[in-house]
Amino acid sequence: MTLDAKTPAGPLDKKWTSFKNTAKLVNPANKRKFDIIIVGSGLAGAAAAATLAEQGYKVKCFCYQDSPRRAHSIAAQGGINAAKNYQNDGDSVYRLFYDTIKGGDFRAREANVHRLAEVSNQIIDQCVAQGVPFAREYGGLLDNRSFGGAQVSRTFYARGQTGQQLLLGAYSALSHQIALGSVEMFSKTEMLDLVLVDGHAKGIVTRDMTTGEITSHAGDAVLLCSGGYGNVFYLSTNARGCNVTATYRAYKRGALFANPCFTQIHPTCIPVSGEYQSKLTLMSESLRNDGRVWVPKRKEDCAKDPKDIPEDARDYYLERKYPSYGNLAPRDISSRSAKEVCDDGRGVGPGGLGVYLDFADAIKRLGKHVIEERYGNLFEMYANITGENAYERPMRIYPAVHYTMGGLWVDYNLMSNVPGLHVLGEANFSDHGANRLGASALMQGLADGYFVLPNTLGTYMTAQFGKKVDAKAPAFQEAVDAAKARVQKLMSIKGTRSVDSFHRELGKIMWDKCGMARDKAGLEEALRLIPKLREEFWSNLKLLGTADGINMELERAGRVADFLEFGELMCLDALNRNESCGGHFRTEYQTPEGEALRNDDDYAFVSAWKYEGQGTAPTLVKEPLVYEEVKLATRSYK
Amino acid sequence: MKFNLEVWRQTGPKTEGKIEKYEANNIPAEASFLEMLDIVNEDLTKKGVEPIQFDSDCREGICGNCSLTINGVPHGQGRGTTCQLYMRKFRDGQTITIEPFRADSFPVERDLVVNREAFERIMQAGGFISERAGSAPDANSVPIPKIVADQSMDAAACIGCGACAAACPNGSAMLFVSAKVTHLGLLPQGEPENDRRVLNMVRQMDKEGFGNCSNYYACEAVCPAGIPASFIARMNREYSFASIKQSVGIAV
Amino acid sequence: MISAPSTKRSGPNPIVLWLFSSIGKKTVVALSGIVLVGFVTGHLLGNFTIYLGKDWLNAYAEHLQSLGPLLWVIRLFLLAVVGSHIFFTMLLWKENQAARPKKYIASDPIQTTVFARTMRLSGLIVLAFIVFHLAHFTAGIVDPSFKTMTTTLDGHTVHDVYGMVVVGFKNVPVSIFYIIALFLLMMHLSHGIGSLFQTLGVTNRATRPLIEKVTVAFAWLLFLGYISIPISVLTGIVK
Ligand SMILES: Cc1cc2nc3c(=O)[nH]c(=O)nc-3n(C[C@H](O)[C@H](O)[C@H](O)COP(=O)(O)OP(=O)(O)OC[C@H]3O[C@@H](n4cnc5c(N)ncnc54)[C@H](O)[C@@H]3O)c2cc1C
Ligand code: HEM
Ligand code: HEM
Ligand code: SF4
Ligand code: F3S
Ligand code: FES
Repeated sequence: MTLDAKTPAGPLDKKWTSFKNTAKLVNPANKRKFDIIIVGSGLAGAAAAATLAEQGYKVKCFCYQDSPRRAHSIAAQGGINAAKNYQNDGDSVYRLFYDTIKGGDFRAREANVHRLAEVSNQIIDQCVAQGVPFAREYGGLLDNRSFGGAQVSRTFYARGQTGQQLLLGAYSALSHQIALGSVEMFSKTEMLDLVLVDGHAKGIVTRDMTTGEITSHAGDAVLLCSGGYGNVFYLSTNARGCNVTATYRAYKRGALFANPCFTQIHPTCIPVSGEYQSKLTLMSESLRNDGRVWVPKRKEDCAKDPKDIPEDARDYYLERKYPSYGNLAPRDISSRSAKEVCDDGRGVGPGGLGVYLDFADAIKRLGKHVIEERYGNLFEMYANITGENAYERPMRIYPAVHYTMGGLWVDYNLMSNVPGLHVLGEANFSDHGANRLGASALMQGLADGYFVLPNTLGTYMTAQFGKKVDAKAPAFQEAVDAAKARVQKLMSIKGTRSVDSFHRELGKIMWDKCGMARDKAGLEEALRLIPKLREEFWSNLKLLGTADGINMELERAGRVADFLEFGELMCLDALNRNESCGGHFRTEYQTPEGEALRNDDDYAFVSAWKYEGQGTAPTLVKEPLVYEEVKLATRSYK
Repeated sequence: MKFNLEVWRQTGPKTEGKIEKYEANNIPAEASFLEMLDIVNEDLTKKGVEPIQFDSDCREGICGNCSLTINGVPHGQGRGTTCQLYMRKFRDGQTITIEPFRADSFPVERDLVVNREAFERIMQAGGFISERAGSAPDANSVPIPKIVADQSMDAAACIGCGACAAACPNGSAMLFVSAKVTHLGLLPQGEPENDRRVLNMVRQMDKEGFGNCSNYYACEAVCPAGIPASFIARMNREYSFASIKQSVGIAV
Repeated sequence: MISAPSTKRSGPNPIVLWLFSSIGKKTVVALSGIVLVGFVTGHLLGNFTIYLGKDWLNAYAEHLQSLGPLLWVIRLFLLAVVGSHIFFTMLLWKENQAARPKKYIASDPIQTTVFARTMRLSGLIVLAFIVFHLAHFTAGIVDPSFKTMTTTLDGHTVHDVYGMVVVGFKNVPVSIFYIIALFLLMMHLSHGIGSLFQTLGVTNRATRPLIEKVTVAFAWLLFLGYISIPISVLTGIVK
């Protein structure tokens, strides 16, 4: 099977325009006849639902929280990029495009990324018009900050709550459409399966998390906007409910899963403090602008109070290894360096899994009040969680899983290889290659939802007139029965272990073997361990209560069951990619200085995996990455 | 640490609930309140007792999903959400009473899980700026004084958790509604719909059966987003003026 | 599923909608509150003439009486104001009960002051007081002899209000009841006056704390001013 990205012809910077000029349109009267199913109400889902409803489509939107406003986009802190160049510091659409491609370590599709950079400006206009209270200067114009080591200030932000404000903007637009009756909202409703009719995605199976009722919904197209799968590691900065179920079910129905092993580890999170821990909390990257990262030079010092460790006994490893970028080195690099020093036994704090982020110098240089002004809320949050005062004692930080670049494969229209199945936001693989730059995921989610999909959906819809499937088609009943059977199976295991204990164990395997640094032996070991764990799960899981009502353990069990299969796919992908690029670091492939060693001759492609049935290995389908505009270069932040 | 929990258990929306007593043993001081409940649930499961059902998602204080009234205070003592409440703040051996958010418009669905859809309908009644994707002018075409933008952000920070209504002795949602009315009302982009918005949102709030404000300020005290009750004053004003305008036909 | 609410305007006139909306009802209470506060303030000032001597108070009372029909207009107005104040506060109360049927088992009165939580009680006792008070001094039901007390004010005979008050407060239980009632009025007002500014939307983050301090002080001043009268009668300062 070969993959056609359906990238329009013509020069890179004209592709999107010419696409829009020639795109097939659905006339308003007909839009009303189409039912669009949208799974997810995050930035991507809410934006798409609102926009398609504005265009006249009939939309059904689903989310597992009790309100669309609670999607995990809400947690994004730092900001959102756009090529406005309001700062007149030399930014441009091309520069944003290039930075994103380079940041992604040249493993993303040129045309999609350029389009993303093109629509980025419209997003800011749209959000301001919706009432997103972005930070402003005294003159009343929008303020920007430089983020994630970018050389230009192109990041728009709303205090430390940018994601929240952007989501509330999309959510209010969505609420408006719900009020108008053009969107039907199903909260606390989880998608359990995708329904195909003659190979086209025409519906989903859902479970009402309040009543336990399992039903199906039919539509003319299905949009998955279900977010990332970082929770396969159990501990991550994702919300408790984030899951792979929606996309993994689609994968099992034939959609290709692209680059599953590309995961991003965020360098500045609060370290793990114990077994009981349920999630990791991110500390905004902006801290690295003023904090200096270090660990003791000698193992013996690790237990000491940092105050008693003299300057010359400290190793400011980022400044040492990357003189030009220093503490602002990109996420994957600074994360990996932290791991190295900790593996080297020089980590600090519980379990030696942490490094210091020291503000002493900044406080000396700028005074406490300035630091308080800049990071006061973060220092408070840190104190609240750890009980330590970061003004006196250096913060302890450690990398944590944060974002997943991989996702369902989509073409230029954001449609997967399954006709009618479109995938938006973090759930698709499209724009970030092997590593995502800070403040570009919010941009992508909103770009997909507000401006890209509403323009590309027509391509599929125009071919669907008079092809309405009826909700009684056998495919629906079969899928519903299968879902019911699965829930029954989970309930009837009656073993001895709790869901979380399995999830924790899987997470540990993934983190150790398929985390920040991977190698052949470890991955093969994981591929042995995961199926064993999966077997035990299906024979020794303990669930209490019933399936016909609120049962959060049952909900988690369903998700963990999918993670237990998906984890294997991740390791397989990681094992297959014999190179290091972006978030994927194979210890076998590194330069003498320990930098990622990319292999463009053999691996300049997207790995898309095709499900071949339970028990048989998935097959790999490659989408070669052809670069017409940019030249492949090695990232260097030295 | 060790705690004696008195937890509200209720099997369904229609059934009567009651307090059950549980022990929370060897809880690390670094654990958050919800992680403490996770641990308790783990050994309830071991004992064959159905785990306590409670809402949570982001667990970092921003999604507004977690609820719980702890010793009579929604989100527990101190500013911040339940998920950002840490056990070191409690006394070892302390007895902790955990109840669901209480308000007639927040029916209990199970144990500590309540239904907050009333807030959704209030938002749908007017919590938006009517605007179409693609129709927006350049973001910098309308300058907004920093102080206005900042105040609007203060109001926009509401996480929609419902603690205000749960804390209010009158079960009033005034703080939540006033936060949205103020957020959008302060911005030039929201101005054209101000009268409509405040009228429709307040009327929907009343329809949902929330109580009236007696200026008790309990809402303000528990609000994890620090929404000030002065926004309620602002909304009172806006609402009365909008009503007058509507009655003389200069507002819809 | 989340259903869409009807945003279309329902039948009745917007002002009627307003009047029976949560905010409308509260505003009526506040507005009537202002009038009542105005009355008690003015009334206190009037009563202070007692310190200027017998003739002053009697002249003041006489002046009021001489208003004739206008006096009745004022009285009816006051009656209407108190009536609506009570009617709406009771309506609010009923709705607030319904909105929060289930109390917390571990209850912890957050933020709210005792005064704020006892508005109903204090109000009703004040009501009882007013009724007694009218029976006492205005209608003279409590002690019929009050009606017949007369004195001469530059030439012609007038109702001896001064004497009536003195005699009235010489009765210790009555004075004590007054003082208790006045204390409750103070409680009512120390939340009430500050509260009405919030209700009418004239407070903001900066001014509210200030306004509240001032109004509490004002309530205490009214209290001290009022109780000074029975006390000075009992202590014989006024005789
Ligand atoms: C802590 C944190 C900080 C971040 N900071 C930034 C930042 O500063 N800048 C930036 O650009 N990016 C940031 N990101 C990344 C960015 O927030 C996310 O990638 C982006 O918001 C994802 O949006 P989404 O709409 O694709 O998915 P989400 O917002 O995660 O939404 C997923 C939706 O799908 C629904 N859903 C999921 N599964 C199912 C199912 N099975 N059935 C039904 N519904 C389902 C959920 O209910 C939800 O509504 C951050 C991420 C995290 C975790
Ligand atoms: C020590 C305190 C008070 C004193 C000495 C006092 C004295 C009087 C007197 C002498 C009258 C009768 C005047 C007349 O008949 O010509 C009167 C009338 C009245 N008082 Fe007071 N009063 C006091 C407190 C109050 C308070 C606290 C209230 C209200 C809350 C109040 C409400 C009234 C009213 C409504 C009338 C009737 C006025 C009218 O004739 O229409 N009084 N008072
Ligand atoms: C006569 C019997 C009275 C009763 C039963 C009564 C009852 C109440 C109640 C229950 C409230 C609170 C309403 C709410 O916030 O929900 C209230 C408020 C108030 N009352 Fe009274 N009251 C009475 C008399 C008075 C008097 C005599 C005064 C003034 C002298 C007064 C002044 C006020 C004021 C200023 C408020 C505040 C209004 C607001 O909160 O906006 N009341 N009253
Ligand atoms: S106002 Fe505060 S308490 Fe009320 S919902 Fe918003 S954040 Fe929660
Ligand atoms: S607590 Fe309730 S009474 Fe008003 S001020 Fe807050 S809503
Ligand atoms: S779980 Fe999201 S705010 Fe508490």
